[in-house]
Parts: sequence; structure tokens; C-alpha cells
Amino acid sequence: MVLGSGSQNKHPMGKNQMTIAEKILAKASGNDTVKPREIVTAQIDVAMSHENADVVLRAFREIGIEKVWDAERIVLLFDHRIPAESEKTAATHQRIRMFVKEQGIKHFYDLNEGICHQVLPENGHSRPGDVLVGTDSHTTTHGAFGTFATGIGATEMAGVWATGELWFMVPESMRIKISGDFNKHVSAKDLILSIVGKLGAAGADYKAIEFSGETISNMSIASRMVLTNLSMEMGAKVAFVVPDKKTVDYVRSRTNQPFSTLLPDQDAEYVEDLDINVNDLESMVACPHSVDNVKPVAEVAGMRIDQALIGSCTNGRLEDLASAAEILDGKQVSPGVRLLVIPASRRVYLEAVRKGYVEVFIRSGALVLNPGCGPCLGAHQGLMAPGEVCISTTNRNFKGRMGSSEAFVFLASPATVAQSAIAGEITAPN
Amino acid sequence: MQMIKGRAYKFGDGINTDVIYPGRYLSITTDREEMAKHCFETVYPEFLKTARAGDIIVGGKNFGCGSSREQAATCLKYFGIGAVVAESFARIFYRNAINLGLPVLVAPGVTRVVDHGDDIEIDLDRGMVKNTRTNETVESTRLPSFILEIINDGGLIKHLRKKLGLSNK
Ligand code: SF4
Repeated sequence: MVLGSGSQNKHPMGKNQMTIAEKILAKASGNDTVKPREIVTAQIDVAMSHENADVVLRAFREIGIEKVWDAERIVLLFDHRIPAESEKTAATHQRIRMFVKEQGIKHFYDLNEGICHQVLPENGHSRPGDVLVGTDSHTTTHGAFGTFATGIGATEMAGVWATGELWFMVPESMRIKISGDFNKHVSAKDLILSIVGKLGAAGADYKAIEFSGETISNMSIASRMVLTNLSMEMGAKVAFVVPDKKTVDYVRSRTNQPFSTLLPDQDAEYVEDLDINVNDLESMVACPHSVDNVKPVAEVAGMRIDQALIGSCTNGRLEDLASAAEILDGKQVSPGVRLLVIPASRRVYLEAVRKGYVEVFIRSGALVLNPGCGPCLGAHQGLMAPGEVCISTTNRNFKGRMGSSEAFVFLASPATVAQSAIAGEITAPN
Repeated sequence: MQMIKGRAYKFGDGINTDVIYPGRYLSITTDREEMAKHCFETVYPEFLKTARAGDIIVGGKNFGCGSSREQAATCLKYFGIGAVVAESFARIFYRNAINLGLPVLVAPGVTRVVDHGDDIEIDLDRGMVKNTRTNETVESTRLPSFILEIINDGGLIKHLRKKLGLSNK
């Protein structure tokens, strides 16, 4: 196995040791080295949008250029409001489909594939060493593959469609090393919730995070994506899992596109270094109405719930459904609780059918929805009434996020949500 | 030199994009005037009744955190908000505002010297925010010249058109 060597970009004198973020931005901006706070113009490798491509499109037309810079580097799909919940959205989908045809956009996934942050990796669009921008804040997720991946707004995406480049301030980097073994039913979600709770909602503002350590090496790709996904909720600009053989194997099996696996230099500089051991970590929950309001599940146990949700770009992958199915197998969802299960993608859905998880869910009384964002963003499907309580595997519990501004959303792992659905109240799995 | 004057409309820390622009209106993608009718609607409905065009939003820490929805910046701009001054910003909101030509200033200490309803004055070039009631000032971080240029051009689209040699009317 050849991992693009860490020494490639080193200064001959051994100076200017760089982090992953710095290396990728140096490469993308055509510089030998870059330093934190420097502003660089980077070439974009992948530009992703979902329904909000409609907003991008209007801005793109206003710029007044006929053709996008590279029809092969733009990835479009629908996931936020599928199938269309309103005529307005149907028209949005329609306009984007027409644009895809008109421009010859090569990578377009209609409403049958799933959530962008799952569909792109599955199809080999998330690659180490690349710069990937998306008009979605949780684009940080793709950093699980060593990609410099970050969310941008619609107007600047129009600029990317027109020019293929974008300015970035080189972020400072922080390093989080994870060691130890998880207890049963404790997972990456509990870990990242505890980190968000510790550092706060602005704890990594503008920064790049690098996750590494033995626990990460042993972690599945899906679990790594949970970490980079929720890093956004600490304000991180990008979050990486330092790529290893697992990363390279995953990406190789999905694309023939070349990529360069950039690793951090040994003496790269970090503004913060955290060491976290997970041996004693218990199941965690983020309480309303902010993601950093994190407590052990035990502290809020007994809270009555109306809805339980398993899905989203955070925890809608096969291992998440497996963990929920293990707990729900042969059990019934508590009367009065609505359990919604939403696979993150069509492929995940199909695997879950094959493995029998879907049958477990249906037998338990759950409602299995089509792959997509579901109620996560409060646009449709399964919204909450005033006073209702939901426990969810998603990544945001802001006031009004999932329907009524007087509803309460708790965020937890798939195991905790499944256990709570059976109990009818917030309960730690054991 | 650019001065922005207006009445302060003050918020606390961590005002997120779901609060600024509720998800249920995300299906509005092109009608900017329509977006402006829903600023803060679910959580601070009084905003739509008491805020006026020309007001300057004064925010606490991490203003605009959350999703990348550009509607959060667009709705404020088309409501007529003159600028947003905050202790700190979440990065996507910050970039979106600049790209739309809505001035955004990081001014540590601003929530200490400005009360809701005060008249304030922003000097964009010098990076100063002044409370004209109390005459107190705080410094804001000065925007790099290329960002000032985007704002002065009226946003990224007009800026790009200028750079690409297309006419701006
Ligand atoms: S699942 Fe939720 S957080 Fe993820 S992309 Fe969809 S709306 Fe955003």
C-alpha cells in the first residue's frame, strides 16, 4: 500500500511542516506551503449541491456565464425534500433537472439515492487530498476520507460553478487523539457528543480538526463519518480523519479517479491537542435546544417521549440500523411513541432489507421512510407538535428545527434511541 | 469611506440559522422579498413587527451558526437590515452575508456598549462601531481589502461580473 507520503510536501530544510488542511490548501492553490490565516484561492475538485442548487442556479444566471466551468466536477442530487412535499419543491426539482440536462452535468442523482453525505462517498466522490465544497453545512462529513470538505453558501457556489475556484482562509488546526475501547452500545455518536459538550458550539470555530489514534484506526468508515459530521456543530471549518489503509481501500473500491492521500507532517503545528480515552465513556445525549448541552443519558432518563427518529447524515448508515435492530428485535415500540427509521441511502436501505433489519423495524411498530433527510430539517415528514418530545439520531436540536418551536429534541445514538422507543422514555441501552 | 448608521436591534449569543430563517420556508428559493417576510418568525415573531429597514443587528457570540442556508442572510438583507455587528460569527453565515453585500463586522465587546434601540454608527473602512447615544466605541476587525471590494461592489455576483468584464446595471 502506498499512502501519498508525508514527506512529499516538506520544505527541503525540514521547515514548514504542515497539517492536512494546510497541505491540501497548498496543493489546491499551487503553493509549496501555506500558513494559518493566510488567504488563498483554491481550485475546487468537487462542488456538491442538493435542492438549494435552485438558489445557486439563479445566482449563476445572474453572473451571466453560459456554461459551468466543469460539468464533471459538479455533483447534484435531491435529498432534503423528497419526494416533493409541495408544488414549490416539485418546481425546484424540475428546474434543477432541466439545468442538469442543459449543462450536461455528469453526476446527477435524482430523488431515489439518499442523503448527499452518504451518496457522495458511496459513489467515490469523496477522495483524500481533494477540495470538496457543498452548499450544506455538514459537508465536513467528507473529511472522514481525508478530503478538505466544507459548507459554503449558494451565491459563492454560483461563483464556483462559474470559475472553479474559491477563496479560503487557511484554518488553524487542532488534533484530537482517541484511545481506548467503547463499552457495549456506546459508539462514535456518544464520543462526538461528549466532545461537542466539552468544547462548546463555537469550540472549533473556523478551525480544522484532525482525528487520529488507535480507536479511530479501529473504527469503521461509517463511525468516522459521525465524528466529522458533528464537528460542524463545534463550528469546525473542516474535520479530518487522518487517512489510512481503510480509507484508501474504501475510496479505491468506488472510483477510478486518481487522488493523493495527504498526511500531516510529524512536526506540524496545532493550536490545540486533545487526548481522549473512551474506556469509561457512557451513552450521551444533547438536550434541547443546543447541541453542546450534553449530558449522560442517565441524567435525563425517564423523560417521556412522543417520537423517536433513527436516520440522517449522522446516523442513518447500515451499522446504525444494525445497532437499532439488535435492540428492537422481538420487541415492541411503546404505545404512543412514533418510531421513524430513515436509511441514509438506497444502498443502505437495500442492505438493511437483505439483512432483515427492515423486517425487525416493521414488526416492532416502526415506520420506515424513504432514504433522505426526513424530518431532520423540519421541512416535511414527521414534524413535531408544541410540547412534544423527540429523541433523534440527527445532529441538530435547535428550537423549531423539527417543527414546532415549542417541541423538544434530544440527540443520541441509534442504540439509545431504539431503547428509548421501546421504553417510551429516554433510556440508556445496556 | 463608508459609514452605516442605524438603530440597534439586539440579540444574544448563538443565534442560529434555524432561528433566523425557519426550515419550513426553505422551499422559497427565488423570491427574496418573500424570504424577508419570515426573518426570525418562529422564535422571535416580534422582530417582524418591531424591526425597521435600516436597523443594524447587534448579535452575541457565534451569530449565524447552524446550516448553510443562504436564506438566513438573504432575508435580513432584503428586510433592509443595514449591517450585522456581532461578538463573533459562524463562518458560513459570515461568508454568505459578504457574498450578498450585507456588511458583517466582528466587534468584540459590542454587546457591552450597545443596548437594544441605541443609534449606532459603523465606519467600515476604519473598523469602528460607535454608540451615538453614549459616544462609546468599539473596534471591529477590519475586513481584508478584497472582501471590502465584494461588499462595495454590491455582493459577489456583481463583483464577478465586474471581474469578468460583464456590465453591471
Ligand atoms: S440529514 Fe439533516 S443534517 Fe443531514 S444533510 Fe439532511 S437535513 Fe442536513
